Amino acid sequence: MNLDANPAPAALAAYDDPGIVAGPPRGGFRAMLRRLWRHRSGKIGGGLVLLIIFCAIFAPWIAPYDPLKLAMLDRLQPPSLAHPFGTDELGRDLLSRVIYGTRYMILVSVVSTGIAATGGIFLGLLAAAGGRWTDLLVMRLVDIMLAFPYILLLLAVIAILGPSLITALVAVGIAAMPGFARLVRGETLSVRESEYVEAMRVLGAGTLRITFRTILPNIASPLIIYASYTMPLAVLSAAALSFLGLGAQPPLPEWGAMLVQSRSFLRTSTWVVAAPGFAIFFAIIGLNLLGNALRDVLDPKART
Amino acid sequence: MTAVLQVKGLRTQFATDSGLVVAVDGVDLSVNEGEVLGLVGESGSGKTITALSLIRLVSAPGRIVGGRVMFDGKDLLTLTEREMVRLRGDRISMVFQQPKASLNPVRRIGAQIAELFEYHRGLSCRAAMVQAVDLLGRVGIPAPDRKALAYPHELSGGQAQRVMIAMALALKPRLLIADEPTTALDVTIQAQILELLLDLCRDTGTAMILVTHDLGVIAQTADRVAVMYAGRIVEERAVTDLFDDPCHPYTRALLASMPVQGDVRDRLGAIPGSVPPPGRMPLGCRFAPRCAERIRHAMTICDREEPVLYRVAGGLSRCWLAAPAVVRS
Repeated sequence: MNLDANPAPAALAAYDDPGIVAGPPRGGFRAMLRRLWRHRSGKIGGGLVLLIIFCAIFAPWIAPYDPLKLAMLDRLQPPSLAHPFGTDELGRDLLSRVIYGTRYMILVSVVSTGIAATGGIFLGLLAAAGGRWTDLLVMRLVDIMLAFPYILLLLAVIAILGPSLITALVAVGIAAMPGFARLVRGETLSVRESEYVEAMRVLGAGTLRITFRTILPNIASPLIIYASYTMPLAVLSAAALSFLGLGAQPPLPEWGAMLVQSRSFLRTSTWVVAAPGFAIFFAIIGLNLLGNALRDVLDPKART
Repeated sequence: MTAVLQVKGLRTQFATDSGLVVAVDGVDLSVNEGEVLGLVGESGSGKTITALSLIRLVSAPGRIVGGRVMFDGKDLLTLTEREMVRLRGDRISMVFQQPKASLNPVRRIGAQIAELFEYHRGLSCRAAMVQAVDLLGRVGIPAPDRKALAYPHELSGGQAQRVMIAMALALKPRLLIADEPTTALDVTIQAQILELLLDLCRDTGTAMILVTHDLGVIAQTADRVAVMYAGRIVEERAVTDLFDDPCHPYTRALLASMPVQGDVRDRLGAIPGSVPPPGRMPLGCRFAPRCAERIRHAMTICDREEPVLYRVAGGLSRCWLAAPAVVRS
């Protein structure tokens, strides 16, 4: 078998200049969505995430009851046709509460990840573009943050800001920042050595323009992938904080808060924790599968 | 003829773990208006560092430590970084060896070219795009309006180099530095790209420094040639003089190592040894340890003292053989 599959130089030359393009142009966003849909875990994860988004947007129309309305006569009803997920100890419909809970889940995942990404990108670029001392200072700060156990870091931020849903979002965002900072710094340092950055410099681009127009678009793929991995973590952390009573406070139909307030009825009425528990479970499975698929689709090295 | 660029005593050194390495050691160069100056030398002779030093883009740990680079009546080494940024791409431009790697992989090539007009000339996005498409047409890209929307990976190597040339010459710079512009390309494409470079430079009145190790390319394109060896210029001649009657033993050895059509030698000439590693330069002439003439002429001065550039027919040569007899003894 001929292992040397390279065509002879002459054949290459004939191909070269008339402008023959290898395959159709890889159109940006839509083609990416199409590849995502063809990906198996992309389809499942994407489906779950779409379902959550749908629930969040149309919650008032699809939820059968008011998630906050008490009905003491219907308390701790097992799942039935009238209450598919049952009711909690105050007679609130669990299905409605789970549906409304998607709003908090999306809020948490998007806002916390947004805070983490924005802060992390800023710190990472600062470390990479700044001088040796800036780099040292920023990265040691990041190391210090990483050295703390994650949950301790969350608790520390909340101890400073006071417990509420908003501070939980900020805390999760801050706690996830160091990972982004490290990623951005590393990717920036490697992209910065590439010849197209050098070429931009030769053609008269300053540091700022190179950073935002050349480096940032080129490290977008790993950033998106990392963000998609951070989202489920953020959801889980926020739920954990609510469970500890440090995030969303009780009447809110937030899944973590629902878990904690009903947990004493776990032995007699399993469904009160099953509903929010499974909601968290499926949300995280969905985000993780979507993240995996995104990695396969966006990572040029994994592409075949 | 007026000089576009005049370099005097340029010195660039690298602070490495094993001490200071002087990569460019007192280089003098001048490029006249509309002229093509070839800068040749083998790998590690300092030609690329020289080119990068001219536009002050030697990256750390490299540092320009001496000399003057006069361009447009200003010493580039004294300008602020801000002024330098404005100058690059506009008055002085550069083309690289790896065209495909030199384009931003995530942006369409039209946008990359247009950006130059937006940034340096303040054109609107639309007007800049019109210019970019026009430019793509002029560098011989077929269907430029469609190709402007292509990403770099959709181009062939030759096309990518055409795009790079378009970008480098977009703003009609006074000086273009071409660092091995054809080395990564196919031989048949090489000729086309050189032709294009020369044509466009002639049209825009741009002077060019062509950095290469390919003497064949030099013979076709350059007006004048500077030969570099171990961080120094060892011979600088008009191109015909250099090829007809090379003065410096190093140049002679280089020419002897080139295949000549119709010549039926069994083996090509080779230069024994290799370029001395930068920290351990010989005391005398840097080429002396590899020089055939030194042995033939039984010259002892070569090992003791380094020659300066002596005047020869059509240029200069850094060799004791070119020195007047009085100096030599």
